[in-house]
Amino acid sequence: MAERQHLKDHFIEQRIFHNRSVAAIFFTLILFSVLIFRLFFLQITSHEHFSTLSQNNRVSVQAIPPTRGLIYDRNGIILAENVPSYTLQIIPEQTENIDALLAELSSLINLRDIDIKKFKKEVRRKRRFKGIPLRFRLTDEEVAIVSVNLHRLPGVEIKAQLSRFYPYGKETAHVVGYVGRINEKELKTLPVTNYSGTNHTGKLGIEKSYEALLHGQVGYQKVETNVRGRVLRVLERSNPVPGNDLYLNLDINLQKIAIEAFENKRGALVAINPENGQLLAMVSMPDYNANLFVNGIDSKSYNALNTSWERPLFNRTILGGYPPGSTVKPFYALAGLELNVIQLDHQIFCPGYYQLKGKAHKYRDWKKWGHGKTDITKSIVQSCDVFYYDLAVQMGINKMHKFMTYFGFGKKSGIDILGERSGLMPSKKWKKEVRGQVWYPGETIIAGIGQGYVLVTPLQLALATATLANGGTHYQPQLVHSIRQKADSQPLQVIPKIQRKISINQQHNWDHIHQSMEDVIHSARGTARRLNKPGLRYKIAGKTGTAQVFSVAQDAKYNEDELEEHLKDHALFMAFAPVKHPKIAIAVIVENGGHGGSVAAPIAGKVIDSYLSQFSDAELNTPAKQYNDSNKKQHKNSQPQADNTPVRPADHVDPDNTAAAHYKEFNRG
Amino acid sequence: MHIDFSLLMMLIVLIIIGQVILYSASGENTALMQRQAIRLGVAFIVMFIIAQISPDTLYRWSPIIFILGIIMLIAVLLAGTIVLGARRWLDLGLFRFQPSELMKLAVPMMLAWFMSRGNIPPAKARLALAIIILLIPVLLIAKQPDLGTSLLITSAGLFVIFMAGISWRIIFSFIIAAIAFSVPMWFFLMRDYQRQRVLTMLNPETDPLGSGYHIIQSKIAIGSGGSFGKGWLNGTQSHLEFLPERHTDFIFSVFAEEFGFSGILLLLAIYLIIILRGIYITTQAHGTFSRLLGASIILTFLVYIFVNIGMVSGILPVVGIPLPLISYGGTSIVTLMAGFGILMSIHTHRKMLAH
Repeated sequence: MAERQHLKDHFIEQRIFHNRSVAAIFFTLILFSVLIFRLFFLQITSHEHFSTLSQNNRVSVQAIPPTRGLIYDRNGIILAENVPSYTLQIIPEQTENIDALLAELSSLINLRDIDIKKFKKEVRRKRRFKGIPLRFRLTDEEVAIVSVNLHRLPGVEIKAQLSRFYPYGKETAHVVGYVGRINEKELKTLPVTNYSGTNHTGKLGIEKSYEALLHGQVGYQKVETNVRGRVLRVLERSNPVPGNDLYLNLDINLQKIAIEAFENKRGALVAINPENGQLLAMVSMPDYNANLFVNGIDSKSYNALNTSWERPLFNRTILGGYPPGSTVKPFYALAGLELNVIQLDHQIFCPGYYQLKGKAHKYRDWKKWGHGKTDITKSIVQSCDVFYYDLAVQMGINKMHKFMTYFGFGKKSGIDILGERSGLMPSKKWKKEVRGQVWYPGETIIAGIGQGYVLVTPLQLALATATLANGGTHYQPQLVHSIRQKADSQPLQVIPKIQRKISINQQHNWDHIHQSMEDVIHSARGTARRLNKPGLRYKIAGKTGTAQVFSVAQDAKYNEDELEEHLKDHALFMAFAPVKHPKIAIAVIVENGGHGGSVAAPIAGKVIDSYLSQFSDAELNTPAKQYNDSNKKQHKNSQPQADNTPVRPADHVDPDNTAAAHYKEFNRG
Repeated sequence: MHIDFSLLMMLIVLIIIGQVILYSASGENTALMQRQAIRLGVAFIVMFIIAQISPDTLYRWSPIIFILGIIMLIAVLLAGTIVLGARRWLDLGLFRFQPSELMKLAVPMMLAWFMSRGNIPPAKARLALAIIILLIPVLLIAKQPDLGTSLLITSAGLFVIFMAGISWRIIFSFIIAAIAFSVPMWFFLMRDYQRQRVLTMLNPETDPLGSGYHIIQSKIAIGSGGSFGKGWLNGTQSHLEFLPERHTDFIFSVFAEEFGFSGILLLLAIYLIIILRGIYITTQAHGTFSRLLGASIILTFLVYIFVNIGMVSGILPVVGIPLPLISYGGTSIVTLMAGFGILMSIHTHRKMLAH
């Protein structure tokens, strides 16, 4: 650099720079003058003109929100509807003293603190000439009172709009979910234009996962408004396209019966049609009223729900991970048979405990003095633990893991609502990767009776039961039955999707397990024999389970009465019926309920009984395919009657949306 | 500390005005204000750091930074992340980076480096080479497409060449050539939406509810502000829901509506003082490199102001150029402040330079 610069003529360089700097200043001043001249023209010379344009009538575009799609149950009973509701809103600009106005209003109608708090928060955020909602869902009486007094309430207006309402808000909260006001986070992900007139979006359940289908397409109108924003006339209008209606597989009456059967106990129930994976009932107890969330729940009620030790907001059917306990036994027995680890005539002697060779530790049976000679049927009927300790050791954890995975243990089911957990089916590989530890033989033993690391969701247990019932066809569980795009069109049925078919080694192995499970109910010593009522028109196959929450020390005596409530065993029951042509598969978990046979089984029994009461004796003894076409009794109101047209993805469905992703997947199956 | 206090004071005043008007334009969105404040903080730190680097060091690093920038621009075209239809971002895992922002400084640095190695005024061959150096990044950025940035980089490069003393005759033939260049640009390089912007700029009334809507609404907002404005937070026109980008590119309309012509004169006065201070710094600078670079930076700042205000007041087409240090938005603030850092460095290091 230095050498070359010496060659340069510094004097010329200085002079050029000086000249160019002057030119730059000149250039700057010219550009600034142009701007000032232009702005003078706009703001001073033409001020009058633009002021008129700004203040007098102007054309604006208003969004017309689409009507949200309705949700029905399988019999056409409405589960989510839009009801006209009145909103009271205030335009701050038109009021002189907001606090005085609020005081005046609260003397007329009921205003909660939360309403006022939210209103004041929005006043700070929004423009002063925009209406800000103060109270939603005014009663007719309140509308009348406010309307009469409107002349002395400047800035107050009553707006009619549609609001979401769930007639079975408590019964369906965990399935249908709810909509709520769009929050800041959702504002970023939702398509801006399409939601320009929408205040609510699906937050949970079907309402969330099918948001793209339910919402619809926004419409617009070009209107001439005055300075107060009042519409003078409509110049042009494009109507919104309402959202799609959904028909669920859920039977709301069955759902109600299941909830009643729980009698305020905590737990979950999932009922599924083993012929196609349709979900008939999904109950998580305790429940809560979804309607509370639609227009904002006050923080006190929310905290009460959120911090309750009973956890009503927790959807146990897809989120709860429970040790399956003895309900895994039929699966392991089948695994032993199908993998040729044991034969049909296999039997052991149960002394009441099991010991590994050369080890002192005793793995105890629930029956202290033992079951004596035990074959496969007896092991299921009386739920012998030692039989399965022995079988587990013979099979080893990896075979158990592999076989149980066929039935969906440890895997997400693919249900069409979001957030389900995958549960856990342990293996040596899993323990190495996740825990970084080696697998101990003792862990295989307790896995044999569904304890230890094994965790299932009630949905997984019901689905596995369905797969066991129908002879190895594993369906993707499905809440939505059909989708109706227009009010006058036929609903399009969502095709059941088979996730996998388990290849059968010997059919009689499966029959043997079914027969043994039937004996759980229909034999004199079965653990669920109380379900075998006289005059039962069908046979039930099932298995009870009692899952330990609390581990009992070696040789300690287990005293149920002394244990605290939340340390008591979970009661489980899984079943399907009728045994020969299953139409319902069910899983019930009662948290800290005690024994599966006495607590969980009766709940399942009531649901099975109610569901099967709609079938004639002939139907109970035939597979679905033979009566489905001729007999339509199943769909009482015939409204959601499925035609067999496959669902095609609609053009306007946003492919990135999860609901739409589900929607597409249906068609692959 | 290598800091120019008069420049610093004016920048702070400008940023305070910017925050005040952003509060109104964003709809009193404090979360957005916080994000902007964090950006401004980062930008100030960047400015302070760069001000400590001597122009000699910048000189030595210029070619390397330029070549790195070109490589990144090519990488963006091959593997960049598409945001809003344009491929501008490079995902570096930890953060996303916009190489075209780096080029806003790298191009004038490179050209100042190149010109200062030859005679002043430059020979014709050197001039031709300089034009090629300029065209490579400009075309790469125009291809992303980012019309606003390629315009700013073009002017930054041309200012270096201008300050290097090319004859006025060349400048005028250049202007004619630029007009000739705009023809293929219109047909081959511009996207439909850009062409539409130019067309509606020429006659916004043709499409009042489509692409001309912004300009009409913006003009109404500015015009209705009058001499003294409608008052802070009381702008009605500019707060209509149907004027988007009102806290980014169109923030000037909000300012003009709420503070009127008198407010605008004050704002323009602050901008003018900053520019004049910048030009003063370059006249005092030691070394050709410093002078060319400093002048280019401050004149590019002028282009920002002129194009943005010209655009919202309807005398220039709508190209996405923010109002410097006032519009809400990411990397351009950091780049602008880095530029002021260089100016401060040029001014405060001048006594220490040997030549």
